[in-house]
Amino acid sequence: MATSRDDIKFLSNPKIGQNRKKYCRFRKFGIKHIDYKDADFLLQFVNDQGKLLPRRITGNSLKFQRKISTAVKRARHLALLPFVTDMLK
Amino acid sequence: MKNYEVTFIVDPVLSGDEIEATAQTYVNYLDKVGCHIVHVDKMGLRTLAYEIKRRSSGVYFCIEFQSPNGEFMDDFELALRRDERLLRFLTIALDKFGVKYNDDKRNGLIGKKKRAGAETKEEAPAPVAAAPAPVEAAAPVVTAEEFAAAAPAVVEEEVVEPVVEVAAEAVEEAAEAATESEEQA
Repeated sequence: MATSRDDIKFLSNPKIGQNRKKYCRFRKFGIKHIDYKDADFLLQFVNDQGKLLPRRITGNSLKFQRKISTAVKRARHLALLPFVTDMLK
Repeated sequence: MKNYEVTFIVDPVLSGDEIEATAQTYVNYLDKVGCHIVHVDKMGLRTLAYEIKRRSSGVYFCIEFQSPNGEFMDDFELALRRDERLLRFLTIALDKFGVKYNDDKRNGLIGKKKRAGAETKEEAPAPVAAAPAPVEAAAPVVTAEEFAAAAPAVVEEEVVEPVVEVAAEAVEEAAEAATESEEQA
């Protein structure tokens, strides 16, 4: 019988449906300051077009989302990040 | 005392000496106005994310300084704005976290965390390599225990029987003693 076979117990990954709890990484790891000169770090908070990602997706708290926002804007001013682009990542 | 940070991009077309001189003029300017220069960071030649004044790269400098007041700032920014050698500049006031961050970065604390993680990763394989040895050492012990467990089983059976016999004798003695006591009664 096919039901007794162990190797086809899970036809799909059982963990796919579970959504992980979002958290603010700055609060969790105690990061107090966001450096606008660290463009590689700020890349995590923008999409492929260089637009800021919403809190809905990054999970940042409002306080740090604001800091991210200013840091990204400063980095754009200094040409460390582009204002508009395609295929950024 | 307030903490400030100014970052500017110098035109890369200039010669190396001129680029250094440009940065030095502003360090001297700040010194003259009574600021305490904390650190001058030469971030070096970088590719710009977009073109500024038809240049696709620039030399970045970052000066962190302390000032008793911000009165000089208007003149300082005006000088930066008028400078033809600069592509772009940004002055910001640092909060206490920013000052601490820059301090840690200079002392290598911020970059070091990654290195520390890498070292632990490098060290991790060593115990893994060492791990098989205890397993091998443990294997004979297990076999010895199995032998020990197998051997005493036989011995214990031999030992148990005398104990039972002794117990039976004791019971018989007790029974005899009881009958004797009954007879005495």
